[in-house]
Amino acid sequence: MTANGMPAPGFEASAPCAPPTGNLVPLMHEIRHALTRWLEQGEEHVIDLRSIPLAPGEEDRLLAQLGEGEVNARLSIQGPSDIIETRYPGVWLITHYNENESIMGRFIEVCEVPGILTSQADDIRAGLERLEDQLSNAETTA
Amino acid sequence: MSKDKTLGETLQERGISRRSFLKFCATTASMMALPPAMIPVIAATLEKLRRPSVIWLSFQECTGCTESLTRSHSATIEDLIFDTISLDYHHTLQAASGSAAEQAREEAMQENYGNYILVVDGSIPGENNGYSTIAGISNKDMLLEVAAGAAAIVAVGSCATFGGIPHADPNPTGAVSVSDLVKDKAIVNVPGCPPIPAVITGVLVQFLTFGLPELDQLGRPAAFYGNSIHDRCYRRPFYDKGLFANSFDDEGAKKGWCLFKLGCKGPTTYNACATTKWNDGTSFPIEAGHPCLGCSEPDFWDAGGFYKALSIPTEDIGKTAVYAGAAGLIAGAAIGASLRARKQSAVKNHERVTIDDLDQES
Amino acid sequence: MTDTEFLLWVRGPAFSAATFIMCAGLVIRFLEIFLLGRKADLAEARGSAAAGGFRTLFRRSIPDAGSFQRSGFTIVSGYIFHIGLFIVIFLFVPHILVFETVSGLSWPGLPSNIIDATNVVTMIALLAVLIHRVKDPVMRMLSEFNDYLVWFVTFLPLLTGYLAFHRVALSAPMLIGLHILSVELLMVLFPFTKLSHAFTLWMARWYNGAIAGYKGVQS
Repeated sequence: MTANGMPAPGFEASAPCAPPTGNLVPLMHEIRHALTRWLEQGEEHVIDLRSIPLAPGEEDRLLAQLGEGEVNARLSIQGPSDIIETRYPGVWLITHYNENESIMGRFIEVCEVPGILTSQADDIRAGLERLEDQLSNAETTA
Repeated sequence: MSKDKTLGETLQERGISRRSFLKFCATTASMMALPPAMIPVIAATLEKLRRPSVIWLSFQECTGCTESLTRSHSATIEDLIFDTISLDYHHTLQAASGSAAEQAREEAMQENYGNYILVVDGSIPGENNGYSTIAGISNKDMLLEVAAGAAAIVAVGSCATFGGIPHADPNPTGAVSVSDLVKDKAIVNVPGCPPIPAVITGVLVQFLTFGLPELDQLGRPAAFYGNSIHDRCYRRPFYDKGLFANSFDDEGAKKGWCLFKLGCKGPTTYNACATTKWNDGTSFPIEAGHPCLGCSEPDFWDAGGFYKALSIPTEDIGKTAVYAGAAGLIAGAAIGASLRARKQSAVKNHERVTIDDLDQES
Repeated sequence: MTDTEFLLWVRGPAFSAATFIMCAGLVIRFLEIFLLGRKADLAEARGSAAAGGFRTLFRRSIPDAGSFQRSGFTIVSGYIFHIGLFIVIFLFVPHILVFETVSGLSWPGLPSNIIDATNVVTMIALLAVLIHRVKDPVMRMLSEFNDYLVWFVTFLPLLTGYLAFHRVALSAPMLIGLHILSVELLMVLFPFTKLSHAFTLWMARWYNGAIAGYKGVQS
C-alpha cells in the first residue's frame, strides 16, 4: 500500500487521482496475438495508442512494461521521431514529435522493421539525383 | 502555375522527404481517429491532391478560431495544410488589404468558380445588414455571393455553426449561423468555442482526402463529434459511483471526482475534448478541474447557466411554487366554499347519497 | 426544434408550468377536502382522538395477516415498487440537486449503479402489478381508464430515466429532455388523479384513527 492507502503500483494501478481503465492487460494480449500471427503468417499489426483511452499515468506504465531492447533510432523528419525496439523483439514503439517536441502520435508496430525506418524509393531517387549532380560537378572541377 | 502541382510534387520540391510525408499521414490518421490500415490510403490520396483554392470569410467573430488554428503547436501539420491549400483570402493572415484584397478574392472566385472551398468563422447579422460589413459589403451579401460558387462550405466555430455569442440572448444584431442563410450547399459544421485546432485541420484534411465526411444531425463530422464528453471522460467512473465534487477546490474536487454538480455539460455535449484534448493532448477543461461548458452545442450561452447542473430546472421554481400555492389558496377557497354550500343545502333538503355520488372522482 | 432547444424548453418554461399546475392543484384539492368539513361527534370522548390518529399513521403501513393472505401479491409488489420509487427519486444525486434548488435541503445519494439496478427492479414490479391488474377478474372489473393512465405516467419516467442513463438510441439532449418531460406529465396529473394518494393517505389514516381513538377502540 502506498501512503495514501492506494494499492501499490503494479500492472493495473494508476496515478492517485484517476481510476485505472483496465486496458493494459488486453493491450499486452493484443501484442502477444500479433507476435504469434507474425511468426506463423508474416502478418504485421499496428496499434494507434491515441485510439485507446488510458487514464493519466497508464501510458507510462505501458511503456515501462514494454521497455527498451537493442535498437534505438531517432529520425529527423519535420520534427523528431523515435523508433525503438522494445524488450520484446518484433514489437516496435514509434513516437512522432513536432518541431516543438510535442507528441503528435504514438504507435506500436509488430513487424520485422517499421516501414518508416526503411529508405523510401522516392527519397532514394532524389538522393541519387543529388549524388549524380555532385559527381558531375566534381568531375568538371577536377 | 503552382495550383496545378500535386501535393506530392510540391513537397518534393521543398525537400520534404517521403518519410516526413508518411509521418504526416500517420499522425493525421491518428488525429482523425482512423485505423492505422487507412494510412496508406491517406498517403495515396494526398500525394495526388491538387491545391484547392480556399476563401476564408470572417464575420462577427472574436478571431479565436483563427488564433486556435494558427497558434497550434503542431506547426508542421498546419504548415503542410496551409501549403496544400491556396489560401486566397483571409483577413487576419493575408498581406493585402483594402480594395486589393477584395480584388484578389474576386479573382480567386472567378478562376475557381464551383471548385473553391469556403471557410467561414463568425456569425452573420441576418436582418439589419449594417451591423457588420466588409469593404461596404454586408456580411450576408458577401456570404451568399461567395457561397454560390463554392464546392463546399466549412463553418468553423460556434458562431458560424450555431450563432455563438452574438446569438446569445438578447441577440442585438439578429445574428444567425451560416446554415440559416445558405440552404443549397453542403455545409460542414465544426463547432466549439474555439474548436480544437487539430479538429479544424483534421476536418479540412479529411475533406480534402475523402470528400464530404459523415455528418450528424447538426452537420458536425461524426469522426470528431460522434461521442459525448461524458462517454469518453476519464472521470466517468466517479459519476457511476456517485462521487461528486460539491464546490471548486473541495475535497472531492481535489480527488478528481465528477463535476456534474458544478454544472458540467459533458453528458449533452458532443466534441473530441476528452480524447484529443487541447494543446496537443495536454489536458482539457474537466481534467483541469472546470466543468464542461458545452461550447460545441447550439445556444450553450443560454443553456441555463454554466454552473447549474443539467438536471436542475433553469427557471426559479421556488418562486413559481409559492405563487402556485397562493393561486391555489384563492381558487381552493372559492371552490371549497361552493362545495360546502352545496353539501349544506343537500343536508338541509335531506337528499340521498346515490351510487353516482360515491363514484365521483372530484 | 433541435434536441438542445427541446431540452432547454423542458428544463425552462415547461417545468415552471408543470410546477405551477401541480402546486396549485394540490392546494386546491386539500382545500376542497378540508373545507367540506366533518360532522361533529356529539358523544363523550372515550379515548384520545389524537393518539389514535397518530398511531394509525404508522400502523397502517404494516399489513395484517388476513390482508396478506387475501392479497399477498399486491402487498409485496406494491411495497417493492414504492420503496424502489423512493430510492430512485430521492437518492439519485442529479435528482437531489433538483430538490436542493427548490427547497435548499440536500442529502447524500447512493452510487448510480445501485440506483440503476433499483430502477430495473421497480420497473419489473410495476409490470407485474399491471399484469396482475389485467389478469385478475376482480381487478379487471374494477379498473378504469384512470387506473391505467396513472400506471403509465408512473412507469414512463422510470423507463425514460433508464434510457437516459444508459444513453440508448437517441441523442443525449433528447433522452434527458424526454425523461424530464415524462416527469412533468406526472406532475401535471398528480393532483387530479389517484396519484394524490401520496398526500391524502395521511389525512385518511389520521381521520380513521381519530374516529376510533375518540371512541376508545383500537384501530
